[in-house]
Amino acid sequence: MESKTLNLNMGPQHPSTHGVLRVELEVDGETVVRARPVVGYLHTGIEKTMESKLYYKALPCTDRMDYLSPMNNNLGFCLAVEKLMDIEVPGKVNYARVILSELTRIKSHLVWVGTHAFDLGAMSVVLYAFREREMIVDIYEACAGQRMMSTYIRIGGLAKELPSNFEKLVRKFLKVMPAKLRDYEDLLTHNRIFIGRTKDVAVISAQDAINWSLSGPMLRGSGVKHDLRKDNPYCGYENFDFDIAYGENGDSYDRYLLRMEEIRQSLRIIQQAIDGMPEGPYRAHVPGVVLPPKEDVLHKMESMIFHFKIITEGFKTPVGSVYQGIESPKGELGFFISSDGTNKPNRVRVRPPSFINLASLPVLCEGHLLSDAVCAVGSVDIVLGEVDR
Amino acid sequence: MGLEEKIPDSIILTTLDKVVNWSRKRSMWPFSFGLACCAIEMMSTFMAKYDMSRYGMEVFRPSPRQADLMIIAGRVSMKMAPVIRTLYEQMPNPKWVIAMGACASCGGVFNNYAVLQGVDRIIPVDIYIPGCPPRPEQLIHAILELHKKVEKESLKQPREHWGRTA
Repeated sequence: MESKTLNLNMGPQHPSTHGVLRVELEVDGETVVRARPVVGYLHTGIEKTMESKLYYKALPCTDRMDYLSPMNNNLGFCLAVEKLMDIEVPGKVNYARVILSELTRIKSHLVWVGTHAFDLGAMSVVLYAFREREMIVDIYEACAGQRMMSTYIRIGGLAKELPSNFEKLVRKFLKVMPAKLRDYEDLLTHNRIFIGRTKDVAVISAQDAINWSLSGPMLRGSGVKHDLRKDNPYCGYENFDFDIAYGENGDSYDRYLLRMEEIRQSLRIIQQAIDGMPEGPYRAHVPGVVLPPKEDVLHKMESMIFHFKIITEGFKTPVGSVYQGIESPKGELGFFISSDGTNKPNRVRVRPPSFINLASLPVLCEGHLLSDAVCAVGSVDIVLGEVDR
Repeated sequence: MGLEEKIPDSIILTTLDKVVNWSRKRSMWPFSFGLACCAIEMMSTFMAKYDMSRYGMEVFRPSPRQADLMIIAGRVSMKMAPVIRTLYEQMPNPKWVIAMGACASCGGVFNNYAVLQGVDRIIPVDIYIPGCPPRPEQLIHAILELHKKVEKESLKQPREHWGRTA
């Protein structure tokens, strides 16, 4: 009796690929023999678009890459430009950026835990996770007036002053969230079906994880202690007391536990930051580069001229190239900017964590069951906007 | 007056158009298909806070064969365009399309080589929603507007010729 393998396309329209990923699977019965991710179905040309825009105007493009954590993308790009221009931001800005970036991490992990559990058949978690996500979205809206694409973190500071109810909203979230987190864990951590679907599934060893240059929860889930917030701190992360969560087995279940622990650690950081928030300006004072405060633009001639010139002509950067990596919820998000001395970047290259993490999909899937491929794709935590850009 | 008085209370008189449109309107199944950022707002619309199931619309279908409404939530790249066209053709008639967000309506901020400048270049669109991304309230409003549009349809006129773009 002759037998042969079957080629199967998962996607680009498939409910568990979280967007428009296509995976070419070769299956032998129920076992995956070969798995190859095919990307590009959401290719937007973001890098190229950014190269044709002034630095300020390139910033909104970054929101639309990893749309689950827009503030982290803003932060990465702004830090890279600030490094290129050698701009120091005031202390309050750093604190605000830390709070917003950790809130974004929680927001991203909430969507992940909801959709991942949904893919594996636990339908109720996603309803709860989106309920808490709305609280963070409300904080975004209070800050920037937009629910998702906030572009609130700007070069040299923030878009505008923090709202007057910012502290109240954040403290309310800090009060509510720990109990909700226990609810999710009650639903999943000891759930026999969830454990059965995720334990020893999509395993990657520490050595493999390093060899595939994985980052973020994918790397830490295998037991490698690497977190840019500790190893190469930015925004004053070295001033905060928090632990890096890491797993042991490198399976999907460990990555779930790790992300839950990361939410807890993020809450710790936010608590410290909101308690120690200093007073001060919300933007650095760098005439000709950073926009002057709006009150000055309305009342002072020089500020208005600077504002007009920055908006119309932008600012010229020194010749050179710069790389800045930050720890986004998905891993190391890096921005490489090469400047030729004009007011537009010569080349912008993004190191997208989900794209590089996704490349390890063959290691996670091959030799395992077809239904585990869904779990593997989910546990990588991909956002196709960032993968394809 | 006349015949109506002799009809018992348990019988309602109506037209076939009204009954068909009412049932189509009240059980419109969206196609669970997200492209980019707007898909997250689309998910928010169907989750706890905004709760789209109030309008009989919570049943997301992962297969185009079982869906009536396609919500194009996000930017359409050149590589994705033929796939969307195929998925649209796989949906059974009658079918409706909502272009959610600036990118699906007109290309949005991405006026470049990679993004299709509006999904109405490949499939007919019933409702356009502005915004980047639109708020969940906007999506709810669009769906209610679509319901009104469905109410006006007639079985005598096939949907293909019902004054749509493309």
